[in-house]
Amino acid sequence: MSNLLEIKDLYVNYNTDEGVVHALNGLNISVEKGESLGLVGETGAGKTTMALSIMKLLPAKVGEITGGSLVYDGQELLSADEKVMKKIRGDKISMIFQDPMSSLNPTKTVGKQVREVLDLHFKNLSKAEKQEKIDKMFLLVGIPPERQNEYPFQFSGGMKQRIGIAMALIAEPELLIADEPTTALDVTIQAQILDLMRNLQKELNTSLIMITHDLGIVVEICTKVAVIYSGQIIEVGSVEDVYQKLHNHPYTAGLFNCIPDLKSDAKRLTPIKGSMASPDNLPVGCKFCDRCDFKTERCEKEEPKMYMNGTHGIKCFKYEDKWGE
Amino acid sequence: MAAPIIETKGLKKYFDVRAGKLHAVDDVSLSINPMQTLGVVGESGCGKSTLGRVLLGLLPATDGEILYSGETIFEKNGKKKDKMYDEMQMIFQDPFSCLDPRLSIRDLIAQPIIVRKKMSDKEQIRLKVLELMDKVGLSERYINTYPHELDGGRRQRVGIARALALDPKFIVCDEPVSALDVSIQAQILNLLMDLQEEKGLAYMFITHNLCVVRHISSDIMVMYMGKVVEYASKEKLFEKQYHPYSQALLSAIPVAELGGRKDRIVLPGEVSNPINPKPGCRFAPRCKYATEKCIGQDIPLVEIEEGRKVACTLYT
Repeated sequence: MSNLLEIKDLYVNYNTDEGVVHALNGLNISVEKGESLGLVGETGAGKTTMALSIMKLLPAKVGEITGGSLVYDGQELLSADEKVMKKIRGDKISMIFQDPMSSLNPTKTVGKQVREVLDLHFKNLSKAEKQEKIDKMFLLVGIPPERQNEYPFQFSGGMKQRIGIAMALIAEPELLIADEPTTALDVTIQAQILDLMRNLQKELNTSLIMITHDLGIVVEICTKVAVIYSGQIIEVGSVEDVYQKLHNHPYTAGLFNCIPDLKSDAKRLTPIKGSMASPDNLPVGCKFCDRCDFKTERCEKEEPKMYMNGTHGIKCFKYEDKWGE
Repeated sequence: MAAPIIETKGLKKYFDVRAGKLHAVDDVSLSINPMQTLGVVGESGCGKSTLGRVLLGLLPATDGEILYSGETIFEKNGKKKDKMYDEMQMIFQDPFSCLDPRLSIRDLIAQPIIVRKKMSDKEQIRLKVLELMDKVGLSERYINTYPHELDGGRRQRVGIARALALDPKFIVCDEPVSALDVSIQAQILNLLMDLQEEKGLAYMFITHNLCVVRHISSDIMVMYMGKVVEYASKEKLFEKQYHPYSQALLSAIPVAELGGRKDRIVLPGEVSNPINPKPGCRFAPRCKYATEKCIGQDIPLVEIEEGRKVACTLYT
């Protein structure tokens, strides 16, 4: 299978008044056609920065891609101009945002907002054809098409997220980036939306990047997992590779350990000590070394490579001898 | 068994809105003993935060009774009431907005002590602040910093230190970890449990995260639209859920395991309107077991076995 998206050695900085923030530090990841990738990480790990870089929507002047390559379907995006990007955004790659309350325009009816996508990307369709497509899409995401003349405030959070999904999918994108699509929703509504996304992905065969901090969501929706820490992928593999918990990066293992789960009766949780290194003052070696129980002197001075075993890769010296590069 | 530190009987809180009466908390009776944690779970808008606020007197109750150490709160006034409220504190959800950005950490933690005139000597207050910081795991070097210099976990520790400043016996924790990352969340949960052990605190732990509730609570109360639908000990509730809503809620949790969950119950529809609700089970419109019996009359919360109360016509 061929890679739909391939990110190599991507570096992104934010130039702020207080100095340069290193958001992505040599990030490598690829997504195949029809694959669903779960990107897991904590606040400030660079999850959203990665999504915005793919769309080239980083805040102007402040956000800057300083190196690497971003190849989509054989085309280098970093050198592409705005005209090309406009064609790709929405049409080829689209995005679902975290907060459905603020990503919709409150002054336009939801039907009109969905139609805007068609007006931009399907100019040659007739009005009736467009309407038919919209009606179909509303049914698909579970909103009665009669409600398309209503405004966002008339819908609940879960319904608004469904409209966000309708907008993202109506142009039939090849790659869908969902940035924490269920974080703002209640668990029972989250279950509805995840159900919907799983079915739609199967039906439309879209590739998916699911950005989340919830390890439970990834195992339900995704086939491949990447764990991001301080702007680098520190572990990558199929869901089986990672969730078997036989081999994990110390950070991933720490994440698994500190979720209170529904079965174990452990009295105390085992948190990861400390907090993430500040992105304007990163350690030279392994970015996780200050919080790691297995730290050696070498970890402080030298950055580990990604060591691979089949599809499973871990960026830690522990696996240097066991696994190849 | 020890006497409950806090108890409510038929507590109600209705809000007047233009369309009528919004039933935020409707007929809630609970009791919490020292060293116990009552987990209150439910979705947004089910009245769990309102319940916490009414307990602490931040909102007046519409009807019902609150007993603190066996004495009703409403009859007390003046100094006695102040003393009661000193012993009941709150930890807030959002560590970013509950701290005054213009006060240093020292001033923030000293504030309750100064407001309640517990101490006046500056050096004494400083030592107390340091003691509290040590207790919640904040390093001494942060004493002169401001909230914006701290990360979420440390800010939440400041919030906890403030709640502890007046030596409370009962703390309402309103989603104290939901704004934090998982690795930090575990640190704060451990801290709360250590403090409970050490000081014999009683907690009411409000959250929508059932994994967290299972970890920290001794009893659990499931709320739906202002009503308690199931109230049971933690072991009983997680062993088996009786109310259809509790069943759906528990099955909706994503599990971080391979082949996690196959038997998910996906609820149709959404929470209906809590303004002027008609009598009857409020969950009935989304419930697959709903019959005529569920509509028209209120469903009482009945003890169906020891340590488990359920409000559902399936069991009565």
